[in-house]
Amino acid sequence: MRHRDFAAFIWPSALAMLLFIALPIVSVFVQSMFVEHEQVLVTVENCGPFGCTDETKVDTEATRVLREEEPLGRFNAFGTYLNRSHLAVEEIAEILESGNGFVDVVTRIYNLPFYKALSFTLVYTFLVTPLAMIAGFAVALGVNSVPRLFRGPIIFLSLLPYIVTPLLGSLILFWMINSDGIIGATLQWLFNDPELSLKASPVLSWLTLITYGTWHMAPFAFVVFYAGLQTLPMDTLESAMIDGANRWERIRYVVMPHLTPLATFVGLVLLMDNFRVFEPIIGFSSEANATSLSWLIYNDLTGQVNQLFGSAAATSILTMIGVIILLSPVLVRTWRDFKRKAR
Amino acid sequence: MSKLKLAVSALALVLGAGTAHAGCGIEGGNVKILANDFDALGTVIKEAEACAGDGVTVEANMTTEHKALQVPALTVNPAQYTVAMVANNSIVPLMNDGLIRPLDELVEKYGQQLQPTQLIKVDGKVMAIAFMANGQNLYIRGDILKEAGLEQPTSLEEVIEAAKVIREKGILEYPLAAADQAGWYLGNEFVNTYLGLGGSFFEPGSAEPAISGEEGLKTLALMKELSEYMEPEFLTFTSDEIKAMYLSGEVAIINQWASMVNGHIDPNGPAPEIGEATILAPAPTVGGGTTPAAALWWDGFTIAKNISDEDAAASFQAMMHGIRPQVAQDNPSAAAWLIADFSPPASAKAILENAKLGAKAYPMSPYMGLLHTALGAELSDFLQGRESAEQALNDVEAAYRAAAKEAGFLN
Repeated sequence: MRHRDFAAFIWPSALAMLLFIALPIVSVFVQSMFVEHEQVLVTVENCGPFGCTDETKVDTEATRVLREEEPLGRFNAFGTYLNRSHLAVEEIAEILESGNGFVDVVTRIYNLPFYKALSFTLVYTFLVTPLAMIAGFAVALGVNSVPRLFRGPIIFLSLLPYIVTPLLGSLILFWMINSDGIIGATLQWLFNDPELSLKASPVLSWLTLITYGTWHMAPFAFVVFYAGLQTLPMDTLESAMIDGANRWERIRYVVMPHLTPLATFVGLVLLMDNFRVFEPIIGFSSEANATSLSWLIYNDLTGQVNQLFGSAAATSILTMIGVIILLSPVLVRTWRDFKRKAR
Repeated sequence: MSKLKLAVSALALVLGAGTAHAGCGIEGGNVKILANDFDALGTVIKEAEACAGDGVTVEANMTTEHKALQVPALTVNPAQYTVAMVANNSIVPLMNDGLIRPLDELVEKYGQQLQPTQLIKVDGKVMAIAFMANGQNLYIRGDILKEAGLEQPTSLEEVIEAAKVIREKGILEYPLAAADQAGWYLGNEFVNTYLGLGGSFFEPGSAEPAISGEEGLKTLALMKELSEYMEPEFLTFTSDEIKAMYLSGEVAIINQWASMVNGHIDPNGPAPEIGEATILAPAPTVGGGTTPAAALWWDGFTIAKNISDEDAAASFQAMMHGIRPQVAQDNPSAAAWLIADFSPPASAKAILENAKLGAKAYPMSPYMGLLHTALGAELSDFLQGRESAEQALNDVEAAYRAAAKEAGFLN
């Protein structure tokens, strides 16, 4: 293709990408470099139905003057990235200096909000991604071997967890695992332990969230793998059968290599999606035991009064860097493949 | 026949317009109300909407997301809403940005019906009109107390003692529940007890936090002790959740919102016998003091700054119609009204008693919201026994400081 034709083809999407992807990211990044103006405070008397109290209030006039001088706020460079709510460099330095052995250092770092959220996010991502892929692959193999007549309804049922809105899905499960709910009560009866609660301890809530995540994401892997199975090379399969390969050997040496490119794609999408885990944390009310990077952003933006845009922007950028780091091995491989083929 | 119909509808039109005009006396203007979504506010808004017609329009948007909408909606000029219904906490961002107008003139002109206590004055200027009180008070199962041979507890310490007896007698394993969900609710429970102990959240006149003192530690110790008599998953309970638990007979004593009282004692509700046995009492005192350990809240309305004076006057008059004494008398159980000539029914007495006993109002400090968020996020580790009370309070202060620095309250 000539360069000019290529440009003519690409410019509409390039423009859209610039407008809807690049510009918002730049604006979020700019936002993260600023904090609000100093608020000018005055103490005044407040009176209401329950008596009078001395209370500070923001001097709106004086603050407005400051705001008009610098509409974006005070420039803070990377200050927000380094504060306690994010990378917490000072706190970490202090912990490393005064830390009392490895366990103490790890516990104290885990106590910082960003690292607590990051730990859960990473564990969730690295468990749910392979589990969802394995489950999806297994379901795809199973569906592929049922008679054609039943496939339609079975495919629909298998897709349901993915179709159900995550917040609703997690809320329904949340009620089911309540100690009065069907799953919660059954577990208590099975383990003969009336104290057992999936929502009370960190380990059990993490397990619950990861199980939910696998249940929710497996259908995505299933539908892609199932599509891939429809393109299986029949001659190779038949020759493998003639060579005496059993079902497992056929899967291992014919089906799986055939699906590898698809698996890379599914893995990539799942990694990105799972790294942004958010809805189940709200649905399961698990803020006490598990938080994620996306939850931190949400928490900054839904304060009782103030919305911390700078802090939320910084967490967003850090999340994006996290996604890039996660995806980089795959991206590098794809790039190498591309260059090899180009040669 | 058709003539008759026409005549009737014309008559209705005239009468309708006439009553609206007579009811509110508004000359003209647009009224747009932004409000939280709960029944008592709906009652007021419905009354205010009756002023529509004859050159006056009244629209309302009731949503639980009102706090997220109000600042941007009132910042633009002209503002998207003329009335923002607020409470102690949600008025703060509007004042911080100077988005609401002083109401002194309007009160003088149209507010003869108001009680002096309904005026929310900041620095001598009326910034909001309150019309109902809210807060938390004790809901106690009288039948269970009797079965356990207990007196009615009036302090948090007695509540813990009662819970212990109820458990020991094998009546209930987890007699208590509180809205302790990590986040806003958990922060709120801390605020309640801390106010009961007479603690102050900040150094006077500044945004420096001051919660890690003796009162803070005592508050945490009490919260922990209470939680030992709650189901292990107590950090997921919202006020709706504990209502369901109370109505299914799983718990004996809760400190619940007064605005939810009807759902608990409704004779036509799911558990009339529990409603029957319920004793409503003021919030418990704490640490030998006399202050009920529950913040007091008011709900009221404000008028936007960025609107025409005509719309502001129309809005104020429509709201005056919405909160006229008749409304409180017609709906006595809808809320603990602060409106003149309101004689509270039994269900509203406990919360009004809170106020009489000197419970503190939820602070209107501009940075209280940041501290509340920090409390909600950082206290759960302590309540689950994973860190000490001192550490938890240090974490709260550190998290608050980071946020307050970003918001420009601290340097």
